[in-house]
Amino acid sequence: MRLATDLFASAQATVRAVGAYALFALRVLAAVPGALPRPGLVIAQVYNTGALSLVIIMLSGLFVGMVLGLQGFDLLQRFGSEESLGTAAALSLLKELGPVVTALLFAGRAGTALAAEIGLMRATDQLAAMEMMAVDPLRRVIVPRFLGGLIAMPLLAAIFSLIGIFGAQLIGVQLMGVDPGHFWSQMRAAVEVGDVMEGAIKSAVFGALCSLIAVHEGYHALPTAEGVGRATTRSVVISSVIVLLVDYLLTAVML
Amino acid sequence: MTQQAAAPEAPAGLAVRVRDLHYAVNGRTILAGVDLDVRRRSVTAIMGPSGTGKTTLLRLLTGQLRPTRGQVEVDGQDLSRLSRTGLFALRRRMGMLFQQGALLTDLDVYENVAFPLREHTRLPERLLRHVVLTKLQAVGLRGAWRLTPAELSGGMARRVALARAIVMDPRLLIYDEPFVGLDPVSLGVVLRLIRRLNDALGLTSIVVSHDVREITAVADHCCLLSGGRIIAAGPPRALQASDSAEVRQFVRGEPDGPVPFHYPAPDYAVQAAAVR
Ligand SMILES: Nc1ncnc2c1ncn2[C@@H]1O[C@H](COP(=O)(O)OP(=O)(O)OP(=O)(O)O)[C@@H](O)[C@H]1O
Ligand SMILES: [Mg+2]
Repeated sequence: MRLATDLFASAQATVRAVGAYALFALRVLAAVPGALPRPGLVIAQVYNTGALSLVIIMLSGLFVGMVLGLQGFDLLQRFGSEESLGTAAALSLLKELGPVVTALLFAGRAGTALAAEIGLMRATDQLAAMEMMAVDPLRRVIVPRFLGGLIAMPLLAAIFSLIGIFGAQLIGVQLMGVDPGHFWSQMRAAVEVGDVMEGAIKSAVFGALCSLIAVHEGYHALPTAEGVGRATTRSVVISSVIVLLVDYLLTAVML
Repeated sequence: MTQQAAAPEAPAGLAVRVRDLHYAVNGRTILAGVDLDVRRRSVTAIMGPSGTGKTTLLRLLTGQLRPTRGQVEVDGQDLSRLSRTGLFALRRRMGMLFQQGALLTDLDVYENVAFPLREHTRLPERLLRHVVLTKLQAVGLRGAWRLTPAELSGGMARRVALARAIVMDPRLLIYDEPFVGLDPVSLGVVLRLIRRLNDALGLTSIVVSHDVREITAVADHCCLLSGGRIIAAGPPRALQASDSAEVRQFVRGEPDGPVPFHYPAPDYAVQAAAVR
């Protein structure tokens, strides 16, 4: 009995939270046209979020690619088809690892920074001060950051995948001795525009989700130091789970 | 005894009119029936002990919070009937100095003061610079224009925030604790600035403060907020001469009297004995 009421209460809370997110998303989208006349604000945010995550994205891309090179080579060798290493690495990076790992790193680096920044603006009355100056913080602060993340994510994912392929090549070709001609030509023959599009769509969706979650958590943070800390943690936890869940859904739809 | 200065049915002369204002958060009543009239072109002081709800009252006056009951009229407009657009239009004629300054941390001093102009006007850069530097000069911080908010002391941040609050030449200027953290010189400057802005630009000022001596020197009208109500209002001298024990206690800063210094608390012995 107790369990049932608890379950019911938590289900209710979840529904309410999802509803709050949906409403907030609508408000943000409604404010997007108002923010478009000032592309400078958005570009500054693309630069901010992109620069924040660029180094870790590049490093992680390289390492993930190298691991793919090793594992892929070991696996493919058992079937005697090492030349397919390029195809295997490119497809797994473009379709799956690129968007997903980039999104997770993005949530951990840029997302937390966004949530903390906005939460701090809330805690120090900066958002209230904007309201008092008749400036809508949604349009001036939230939308540019949301769009910035939305634009930066696919770019970062592309960089991740490219560097990952380079890493796989480094291990497969340079270290394990796969024929470079086969590595590249097979890859070029097998990878289709649709595969690239799948990755692009995924990373755009993840970018929208991660940015939305980060700005939502920051915007609704309790106006205290603890509240800002909690918002930061929540943004990375929620983003990670949602990215993995949505990744499955998108894969199932697009496969 | 809330209002004897203004004729009760003359809202034309009133910048702000508050009737029977109630506000509660989390079941705790903070304001319980505030009536307040602010005459145009006056400096009205709202005084009161810490934590009585002065900041809350200002947030209600500016539509940042919605009252649980009662009516707030600013410039003859009922805030509860205004749409968000209407509220924003009204706020463009208001300036507010926040208790902690609330400067935008990603902009430097100059850009902070320029912010409302950039958002609401299309002034050419030369004119904009002239306006901003003039306002910074008025608060004595023209030389600090390229500092970031993190590089300012609390008092400097408050003065920058004041420059920002007046940059759009508002008709109603609201100050939340403008004197806290100011050294005697800047305090004198800010006091004179409040009076000068008020008289020269013909605007209306509402100043929240518990610095009785400073505020009574500039205010035309003082209100004492305590226990969720305005317990006294009138010209500063009338308040000082008041025969009410509560008012005397606050104005003279005596620790004992009807105005509680302590937040409501259970009996000390009970609280101390209730270990574990
Ligand atoms: N969000 C909130 N939740 C609960 N209580 C609140 C909230 N905001 C304010 N309060 C309470 O309302 C009361 C009034 O707060 P307010 O900030 O208006 O006081 P104040 O008169 O401005 O005090 P001070 O002079 O110290 O600035 C305080 O006792 C505070 O505990
Ligand atoms: Mg206060």
